[in-house]
Amino acid sequence: MKLAVVTFPGTSCEVEMHRAVTKIAGGEAEIVWHKGADLSSYDGVIIPHGASYGDYLRPGALATTTAVADQIVEMANEGKLVVGVGNGFQILVELGLLPGAFLQNPSLRFESGRANVRVAQDQTIFSKGYAAGDVITLPYATQFGTYYNEEEVPADQIVWTYEDNVWNSTQSIAGMTNAKGNVFGTMLLPERAVEEVLAGTDGLPLFESILGSEQ
Amino acid sequence: MKRVQVYVTLRESVVDPQGTAAKEALHNKGFNNVSNVRIGKLIELEIDEAKGDLDAQVKEMCEQLLVNRVIEDYRFVVEEA
Repeated sequence: MKLAVVTFPGTSCEVEMHRAVTKIAGGEAEIVWHKGADLSSYDGVIIPHGASYGDYLRPGALATTTAVADQIVEMANEGKLVVGVGNGFQILVELGLLPGAFLQNPSLRFESGRANVRVAQDQTIFSKGYAAGDVITLPYATQFGTYYNEEEVPADQIVWTYEDNVWNSTQSIAGMTNAKGNVFGTMLLPERAVEEVLAGTDGLPLFESILGSEQ
Repeated sequence: MKRVQVYVTLRESVVDPQGTAAKEALHNKGFNNVSNVRIGKLIELEIDEAKGDLDAQVKEMCEQLLVNRVIEDYRFVVEEA
């Protein structure tokens, strides 16, 4: 399985994402600049964290106007794996690949730290390395972390929930999939929790789960 | 050339912490009669030449990019340049 880690102007976390997938989890991935990107040879795509286009207009909004965004939508429709982390999750909701939208944190400030996150279910391609009911610890770093949805997200699409929902996210959603189960978005940063010496290894099962999935 | 003012506001159902913070700040300054504050944004467009129906075009710009319909409402005013 070969994954593309797509970058935009303002993307900042592609290196640790690439490292988590390749050096740590032993998978194959390439960092791909959005301009002129051809994703047809990749089995899946990861949109890493950062502040693409400076979060101008709305976080993730401007990335949706790129040619690579059309390819990402096509990959999602073809059933390939699409993962959005942090700003990547914001891009996925702006693309409509995941429902809902993001609001500014209630504190109106950029916040970073570690959150206790409950594994809501372990049946998705992305959560096979966890057991439902596990509480894991993952880092976050964002100013627009509040997930908002007027419609209820079905339980089988909810993967991670905040133990302490300080951002008032709808249904405490910290990580979710689309109905088909091939698109995953999370506001946590699992790529920063793949080594004991850093923030622990609670993010590692996500990558192992992705790489171990039959496609 | 037409100037268009697009007013983008948070939908009523969406919590607005910025508005709440601004309201409390106004109260601290003695303006206690302000019961609610909601903060949105103004997008100004200068459109050189309408490619057909200008209203329809501006609406498309809003629906496709300028406004997130999940959390925002909008209205716009077309001015003569």
